[in-house]
Amino acid sequence: MRRFVYVTRAVAWRSIHNTVVNPAILVPSIVFPLFFLVAFAGGLSRISEVPNFNYKPGYTSFQFVFVFLQSAAFGGVFTGFAVARDFESGFARRLLLAAPQRSGIVAGYALGAFMRWLITGAVVTIAGLVAGMNVDGHGVQLFGLFGLGVGMNFAAALWAIGIAMFLRTEQAGPLIQMPVFVALFLAPVYVPLPLLTGWVHEVSRLNPVTVVLEAGRGLFAGSPVKVALSFALIASAAALLAVFARRGLASAERAG
Amino acid sequence: MEREPSLLEQVGAVARRSATDAFRQRALLFFPMLFPLILFAINGSALSKATEIPHFPTHSYRAFLLAFPFVQGAMFVSISAGTSLGRDIETGFLNRLALTPLRSEAMLVGQLGGAFVLGCVQAVVYLLVGFATGVGFASGAGGVIVLLLLSLMISFAFASLGGLLALRLGSGEAVQGIFPLLFVTLFLSSSTLPRNLIKAAWFREVATYNPVSYLVEGLRSLVIQGWNAQALELGFGFALALAVITIALSRPAMRTRLART
Repeated sequence: MRRFVYVTRAVAWRSIHNTVVNPAILVPSIVFPLFFLVAFAGGLSRISEVPNFNYKPGYTSFQFVFVFLQSAAFGGVFTGFAVARDFESGFARRLLLAAPQRSGIVAGYALGAFMRWLITGAVVTIAGLVAGMNVDGHGVQLFGLFGLGVGMNFAAALWAIGIAMFLRTEQAGPLIQMPVFVALFLAPVYVPLPLLTGWVHEVSRLNPVTVVLEAGRGLFAGSPVKVALSFALIASAAALLAVFARRGLASAERAG
Repeated sequence: MEREPSLLEQVGAVARRSATDAFRQRALLFFPMLFPLILFAINGSALSKATEIPHFPTHSYRAFLLAFPFVQGAMFVSISAGTSLGRDIETGFLNRLALTPLRSEAMLVGQLGGAFVLGCVQAVVYLLVGFATGVGFASGAGGVIVLLLLSLMISFAFASLGGLLALRLGSGEAVQGIFPLLFVTLFLSSSTLPRNLIKAAWFREVATYNPVSYLVEGLRSLVIQGWNAQALELGFGFALALAVITIALSRPAMRTRLART
């Protein structure tokens, strides 16, 4: 166990150190969610005037919750890019040789993803507050939203790390990013689920991200819905993806 | 005594190599084409309620949004052109090319050939997807041709921008790093709502000063309005201006790059 913690801490520290000292890595992960917040909350705010749009805190808050959870998921995705880069540069192979407990490598990268998201999440929250969003949820409910973000970040990181370890090339980028991006955008991003029409409504209804997003928006508005279900879904996804990431690590070990 | 190839022949030779290179890299071809289509498919349906906003100019949000993949695809073309030119700079191919009797204009414009061909393929695919999803053209068959022409011009203009960035930055990776900024200009435009319906005053102001709005509106006018001379003039005008300015800036950048290396 001590060796696991030692490897986890070392990999996480390197991951967050690389992020903080390298603007080329840090800036996109901060700019992307900010720009989505600006584009959606600013450019599309008229959407809140369509009939039957009811979200009490307002459209900026409605979009903030999506962007907050999206930034969490993309914190995980960007970590997958870093893992792929480490394999291309040869660092990951040296790490595999040196680590006394290799599953600590996956845990370390995942912890790094969480710390990276703490920075992005804080910046997005400050931007939302500056933009004048209303916060109707109380402390415990907001902590619940943070918990959903942590879960999304963890699940996305495990997915991204798994793919990066299976493919071990930066060309895996689209494959890491695209499914997360599509799953997020196939949730009710712009209007609540009942206002979606056509095929997107059907897909959204079945998309687990929809439950998490609705729970997040409910917590933020002070009227929680589907909270237990969303945590259960995230926990199940994380458990499955942990197995996937572990298999990715085994594949990297076999490749040498 | 052998005749020296004309400028057009020189451009053609470099462009052929650039196009072959672009089509060899399937991943670079596939992802830039797919991504705008995914956004078009999702947003076309997810934002369909926007047509219920009073004074929205059409009843079909898909028709309204069709211009979006054309401009986004053109932005991907710019990255593709920049990355490939950046690679040629990094590998020294551009320097070797400079040792031949090729004129610098031929080198410059020819290098953008691959991206331009990519832009042509993309435009046709987006158009077919538009038709397949039931989008009709208010401007009729003539409008389809004008839309393709404008779209190609926009692709060429963005490819020139990608080329300029590569010449200035000297690496494909650096050009890729610029992509988020291009993407921001598309989202800070009138791509998802008409300017007069954007509620936030500051956003409306930014969209009004953002040239990308006029590229989108030029393409869109052919789909939802018919023949809107002002929108088309602005669309073609801004695309031409972008191409002329970036090529004009690329010539000294090319000279500096070759002198530097």
